[in-house]
Amino acid sequence: MTSPSAIELKHVARRFVTPAGEILSALEDFDLSIAPGEFMAIVGPTGCGKSTTLGLIAGLARPQAGEVTLFDKKVDGVDRRVGFVFQQDAVFPWRDVLHNVMAGPLFRGTPKDKAEAEARDWIVRVGLKGFEGHHPHQLSGGMRKRVALAQTFINNPQVLLMDEPFSALDVQTRELMQEELLQLWAHAKSAVLFVTHDLDEAILLADRVAVLTTRPARVKSVHTIDLPRPRDVATLRYDERFIAIARKISDDLREEVLRARAGH
Amino acid sequence: MTSEKKCFAHGRATDMTDSSITTPLSAEPKLETAIERMRRHDRLVLALRLAVLVFLIGGWELGVRVGLIDPFFFGQPSGIVVKLIDWFQNGTSIGPLWKQIAVTIYEAGAGFLIGAVMGILCGIALGRNQLLSDVFSIYIKVANSIPRVVLGSIFIVALGLGAASKIALAVVMVFFVVFANAFQGVREADKNLIANARILGASNWQMTRAVVIPSALSWILASLHVSFGFALVGAIVGEFLGAREGMGLLIATAQGSFDSNGVFAAMIVIAVVALAAEWLLTMLENRLLTWRPEATIND
Repeated sequence: MTSPSAIELKHVARRFVTPAGEILSALEDFDLSIAPGEFMAIVGPTGCGKSTTLGLIAGLARPQAGEVTLFDKKVDGVDRRVGFVFQQDAVFPWRDVLHNVMAGPLFRGTPKDKAEAEARDWIVRVGLKGFEGHHPHQLSGGMRKRVALAQTFINNPQVLLMDEPFSALDVQTRELMQEELLQLWAHAKSAVLFVTHDLDEAILLADRVAVLTTRPARVKSVHTIDLPRPRDVATLRYDERFIAIARKISDDLREEVLRARAGH
Repeated sequence: MTSEKKCFAHGRATDMTDSSITTPLSAEPKLETAIERMRRHDRLVLALRLAVLVFLIGGWELGVRVGLIDPFFFGQPSGIVVKLIDWFQNGTSIGPLWKQIAVTIYEAGAGFLIGAVMGILCGIALGRNQLLSDVFSIYIKVANSIPRVVLGSIFIVALGLGAASKIALAVVMVFFVVFANAFQGVREADKNLIANARILGASNWQMTRAVVIPSALSWILASLHVSFGFALVGAIVGEFLGAREGMGLLIATAQGSFDSNGVFAAMIVIAVVALAAEWLLTMLENRLLTWRPEATIND
């Protein structure tokens, strides 16, 4: 037997009941497997169920059919090994940076002085030294994302879920944060599932990119990105190999986007 | 006419050239004039406010003096002032003034505290528990639609003429306002923050403490502002209905002896109490919500 997947979804279905009483299927017969330490990105038409997938893996919701497992263990509620970075700001606005980063260890029962030492360490690592006492509203969008990253990485997640984390940032800040994320990931060695609508971002960051179909979402195709690491986020997108991969996946994706438009 | 206009236009033109010479020197004078303009605006507002006050009070007094307003029914500012001085120096017909004030503050304050604490606890409990809120929401809606002042009569009958009946009425007045806000505040807590706290490892209780209460706090504090006024109304109406002391009784006594100035004087005392409480609550709010963005000048 090979070693267990970090994340595995088998024949997963997730359906909602609309206010009109109809059943809406977000995922149907969904299969995906991510190895430990692997960086997987998923792209797909808007509203195709990308975020729903992350919610199932995080244990925030349950599938109606199929099975979601983390390291061969069935997901049942929120798992301590999971970290989640949200699209919108999810840092606590009433806590300063230090106490935001400390939140995870304190929730999990780490003694206060140990949690504080760890938090200070992570604040330095994400480049926020000197901002420990600032509240989120005093920080820029990029800095708040750094807080969110520190808050997540401090829990040492083996599985890291990211839901379009950088989509609200301007282009320059986004590039910096992508670079930062790759460095943090290189140290943490977690399995990452990174949802994005930005195909370039997916290729820049990931080992493999999965393209989803329009709703109900299935995995349409998985592309291996064999670009060498460490990658230079700023220049890689002008590399010929990058462009070739982007073209291939883009054709795949466009087909689905057109189908989504025709269907709705 | 035309020459005057020309002259004026000419004056403006020189003015403009003057300023165009001075402004490029540095940015500071511009800022200073902006601050100066704001201060001037503030002084103007203050002066106009005083003018409105003088106009109203003066008009009232004048109206009485020339015979347009009957002081027997509507009182008279100078009479009210005389009444207040008399109360402070010689006490009221039902005892020393400070005693009446203290009694009413005690009743309103105790009712406010009890009602607010109950409201916050119930609001959070029902806000966090779907089943509890489904069961009780209908009863709270019904109870909320009853004019609660009427309960004062019940409380007087059941709890007697002492402070307990007034406190009970103040509690009822305060509870529903605070409850509704606490409940709403809990329900409005950001779903992302809740999901984030859960994944970071928060238990239900940690979630309540770390996310739900802080995010409901601005709602709760807003309701406290309104509800201290309600507590005061509860205490005074209770005293109105039957009491041995307090500002409400003082008003009822003044009313009984057709003393309009007395009613107005008591009203002023109560207004001062309410404003002081409002000021204290604002201080509390500013201390508890330091994390909020400060309002800027542009706001």
